[in-house]
Amino acid sequence: MSSKFFENPVIKWVEYRMPVFTFLDHSLGSSYPTPKNLNYWWNFGSLAGLVLVIMIVSGIVLAMNYTPHVDYAFESVERIMRDVNYGWLIRYIHMNGGSAFFICVYIHLFRGMYFGSYKEPRELLWILGVFILLAMMATAFMGYVLPWGQMSFWGATVITNLFSAIPFVGDSIVTLLWGGFSVDNPTLNRFFALHYLLPFVIVGLVVFHIWALHMHRSNNPLGVDVKGPEDMIPFHPYYTVKDLFGMGVFMVLFMFFVFYAPNFFGEPDNYIKANPMVTPPHIVPEWYFLPYYAILRAFTTDFFLFQIVSLGGFLMDAKLAGVLAMFASILLLLLLPWLDRSKVRSNRFRPINLWFFWIFFIDCIFLGYIGGKPAEGSFIIMGQIATTYYFAHIVILIPLISILERPKPIPESISSAVTSAGH
Amino acid sequence: MKKVILSAFAAVSLIMGTVTITGPAEAAPGAKPPAQDWSWQGPFGTFDRPSLRRGLQVYSEVCSGCHSLNLVAYRALGEVGFSIDEIKAFASEFEVVDGPDEDGEMFDREAIPSDMFVSPFENENAARASNNGAMPPDLSLMTKARFNGPDYLLALLTGYEEDAPAGVELMDGMSYNHYFPGNQIAMAMPIDDDSVEYADGTEATQDQIARDVVTFLAWAAEPELEERKRLGIKVMIFLIFLTGLLYALKRKVWADQH
Repeated sequence: MSSKFFENPVIKWVEYRMPVFTFLDHSLGSSYPTPKNLNYWWNFGSLAGLVLVIMIVSGIVLAMNYTPHVDYAFESVERIMRDVNYGWLIRYIHMNGGSAFFICVYIHLFRGMYFGSYKEPRELLWILGVFILLAMMATAFMGYVLPWGQMSFWGATVITNLFSAIPFVGDSIVTLLWGGFSVDNPTLNRFFALHYLLPFVIVGLVVFHIWALHMHRSNNPLGVDVKGPEDMIPFHPYYTVKDLFGMGVFMVLFMFFVFYAPNFFGEPDNYIKANPMVTPPHIVPEWYFLPYYAILRAFTTDFFLFQIVSLGGFLMDAKLAGVLAMFASILLLLLLPWLDRSKVRSNRFRPINLWFFWIFFIDCIFLGYIGGKPAEGSFIIMGQIATTYYFAHIVILIPLISILERPKPIPESISSAVTSAGH
Repeated sequence: MKKVILSAFAAVSLIMGTVTITGPAEAAPGAKPPAQDWSWQGPFGTFDRPSLRRGLQVYSEVCSGCHSLNLVAYRALGEVGFSIDEIKAFASEFEVVDGPDEDGEMFDREAIPSDMFVSPFENENAARASNNGAMPPDLSLMTKARFNGPDYLLALLTGYEEDAPAGVELMDGMSYNHYFPGNQIAMAMPIDDDSVEYADGTEATQDQIARDVVTFLAWAAEPELEERKRLGIKVMIFLIFLTGLLYALKRKVWADQH
């Protein structure tokens, strides 16, 4: 830390009592060395952070104008849309921000998988990321209930009912979630309280996520450890300006949806006020939950994977198996650092795993497509195949490939790779 | 290893191949509404004012007999060119219950611009009682509450068939409609040629009337649309310019690294 920053007497005064400026400089300033070869896929962490801030700020303003009561919630959202100054803008930002958050985080997650960012010594960083994803999902689910439209109500009914599959305590858990015997005013009230709370839990998890990041610093596209100062550049100004440019591009795309296609990611049914007496013909969750929804629904009694895990229906019924599979689909990611035995991080040097990475990616997209379709006809079978592949990839293929595959030679260091590539 | 992948591929394609692709057996969803051009589409779209005025007339004279517009206030009409005197005159045709007064009594008074559009029925039961048990839905958000709402509404309003096709048994009091899911709709054909007489002399064909009321309902559902698109242009221009500057800055900062 050079003393050039501390010539200003005010900064000096503060720094002597509490070294905030040194802290900032070491966190995202010129004293934070970063691999020099990060590509644009590394922008999505900072983008997710930006969306989190956008969501909290817009959410707090919305909460000032929202009424969490079954008789007024839907109307209060419409009052925000029609009568609150720029209420439509704030609400559309928040609504589309949910989708933008998941887009950024999913890209961030697949980037981590592609370049092996979860591997030693970044396992905790990865695990904290999975926890962030789980907290985001809970937050998004409860937030979607608040406008109290038809999809809010019926989505809440379907998803909370899943917990009834848990043996012995399931029904009590559901009653506790509902605060009664059906999704009703107490449910809306507690979901609102939790929807306001959980984002701050996410902020806390993000702090730990970044703390863990700063211990061993960013992975990089080559996946090799930094060997010395020649492999690194200071975070500021190089990556601050690169992140800012990425945020500019992101905001252009994001605001395009906010202003010109604000309901693109939404369901028309949610503009119908919740009615417990009328079930929509086709209950679907928000798009970012569709792959998990497909996994949940894949578990029918004749699904061979169900027959295996339940020992022919002896251990559990198909509903419980589906619920467990849905949670397992995310929780298994926690084990990824240990399921993958390969020491080589980046898929650039793992020719076989590279192929299967993309098949897995397509499988996830395909699960999302199936999740949006009614559970009937060939969609059931296709969903079951895709679900089987999802688990087979994580539990069987990843360990197997990591043992059998012979990786390509990895470069000595970041700078040697750059030099040999002729730059 | 390559062989392993190839055989894996072969296995997957075999499985996929044996799965016969059958269509989902959903309830008849209704015909797909033809796509229309509407004045408010596109980045500079605005609601066609004369059409919107005629649409209010159609809503008042035809739809409002059964359908409420609970989320729209009379004053909102001021945003699309109605003068305050017009709005006051329009609102005063309706009665609302107010009170209690100083004696504790509720009383009727004429509606004023700050009131919401007055509903045709006191409550849902009254609405059902007058409509053969069916509930005429509130129209405030109708164009947003259906997939491709404006196209769907126009198709629905003009998609009636006097007699159900052979083999279709209509339930008592129901009408046949090509676009309604299940094809049986409780609403009888609401508009026909000359269902209204337009104050501005426009020829009142069924299609024209339907288009006008869809325009009005699209505004009722998205009264912020014009402001949204106007502000959007400015924000997009600003953001694209800012992003361009940031890109130039990024190039300059990174110049010594390449």
